[in-house]
Amino acid sequence: MSGGSYINRPNRALTAYALVFLTVLYLPVLALPLFSFNESISVRFPLQGFTLQWYVDLWSRDSVLAALWNSVRVGVCVSLLATALGLLAARAITLRRLPGQNAIVAFAMLPLVIPGIIFGVALLILFSRIGVPLSLITVGFGHLVICLPFAVATLLPRFEGFDRSIEEASADLGENGWWTFWRVTFPMVLPGVVASLLLTFTISFDEFIITFFLSGYDATLPIYIWSQLRFPREFPSVLALSTLILAASFILVFTALWIGRIGLARPEEAEARKEGPA
Amino acid sequence: MSPTLLFLLVGVAVPFLALLLISFWTRDGFGFDTTLTFANYERIWTEPIFGALLSRSLWISGVVTVATVLLCYPMAYYVAFHVHRHKMLWIILMTLPFWTSYLLRIFAWKVILGYEGVINASLLSLGWIAAPLEFLLYSPTAVIITLAHAWAAFAILPLYVSLEKIDRSLLEAAADLGDGPARRFFRITLPLSMPGVLSAFFLIFIPTTGDYITPALLGGPDGAMIGNLIQLQFGAVNNWPMGAALSIVLTLWIAAIGLVFLALSRILAQRAA
Repeated sequence: MSGGSYINRPNRALTAYALVFLTVLYLPVLALPLFSFNESISVRFPLQGFTLQWYVDLWSRDSVLAALWNSVRVGVCVSLLATALGLLAARAITLRRLPGQNAIVAFAMLPLVIPGIIFGVALLILFSRIGVPLSLITVGFGHLVICLPFAVATLLPRFEGFDRSIEEASADLGENGWWTFWRVTFPMVLPGVVASLLLTFTISFDEFIITFFLSGYDATLPIYIWSQLRFPREFPSVLALSTLILAASFILVFTALWIGRIGLARPEEAEARKEGPA
Repeated sequence: MSPTLLFLLVGVAVPFLALLLISFWTRDGFGFDTTLTFANYERIWTEPIFGALLSRSLWISGVVTVATVLLCYPMAYYVAFHVHRHKMLWIILMTLPFWTSYLLRIFAWKVILGYEGVINASLLSLGWIAAPLEFLLYSPTAVIITLAHAWAAFAILPLYVSLEKIDRSLLEAAADLGDGPARRFFRITLPLSMPGVLSAFFLIFIPTTGDYITPALLGGPDGAMIGNLIQLQFGAVNNWPMGAALSIVLTLWIAAIGLVFLALSRILAQRAA
């Protein structure tokens, strides 16, 4: 890294901009926890006083707990399935150079660049035409479609930087294909698998756009929140619930991103390696 | 690959074909008239409301995209060129809010911008304003602010990646040959980061055109977008074929604009090479 170079000289204006940028990025999200501890029912400054009443309220609501349980069940199933399908896809993509491979990867990434509403209504039409009633299963199916690109994108770099000769050595030493995968390949891609599980769980847990079209009588947490938004007197309890969800997502994603980078070259190291030999 | 491919066929291709098919049907009472017809498309073409909402959606998304890219570029530039330690931490910090619930981030803006929201209620109780500032909520402005904030991560990541890849020796060479900072930026950094700019355009413009939550919560009547109309067809209006036709038209628009972007990035890549 050419740290002392005159091109990379510290730039005060840019540093200030970066700090303002980060503040603005986080400020709206932090308004939710701030007002969730406020005694007043309306969200305004000055704050009225500290209370945990809205959090205590949540525990006595069966519909909140039911929605939480639904979200967790869907999230766990979706993250396991998405990661399994992502593993198969990432392995197949890197294993052999198939013709039309880029087209297949692009196809898998399609849900990233198509508005969610279009997938939502398309799946709704399909389910209703073939007579599948809307339920948590249809919600999970929709989540799986949009989680798959993230699973593939998280797992693919793991397989791409992979030394194939290790697998060959294992095969030469007499392990069959399954044991080679389990004892050699899997441990090496494990951080990617954990990251993919956590990320896809978070996406499913927070998903609203598609869920709105595909959910039946069983509400997930975002659907429950949406249904409460039209009642102003429910605002504080929605704020408390939102705060808990935000905290859970922040922790899950931070862990996922941190684990996901283990073993992958850090930007600085990659840079050093790039510049090193020259 | 095959189970994944199979799932993608069932989960992506088949629903899309069903969407296409039903868009050529018409509503018949509570059921469908399954004779194939262009009736829905003719209505979209002739009735001004559809064109107006569609062009407003594309306009709002366009403004959001340009604003987000302009605001995120200096940030990505800062991390790529001026942050030398804990780069990963900065990247995580910049993208973390993106992973939290979309619905909650939009709700947060409603809490801040609303009539009874943080800004209005505080200014009122301080006596600085007599009535709530109306432009803050239920307007296209509110939708644009919220969307630009919500999609920032989609701009920062591709911009950062393209800036990080720039060979620093090019900049040093330019400096040695007498180019000042501004000329270095416009002749080297900006052209070489264009692929990142284009993918940011791509990644923000496309999903925002179909958004319906932000306009529903913050848009009001003047901020409604095509996504709200599609959602209505599957809800209160209960005209699924019409909703399907609108979805197809939106997809075609997005595909057309996407192809233009793609062609542009090809041309730029060739010029850079």
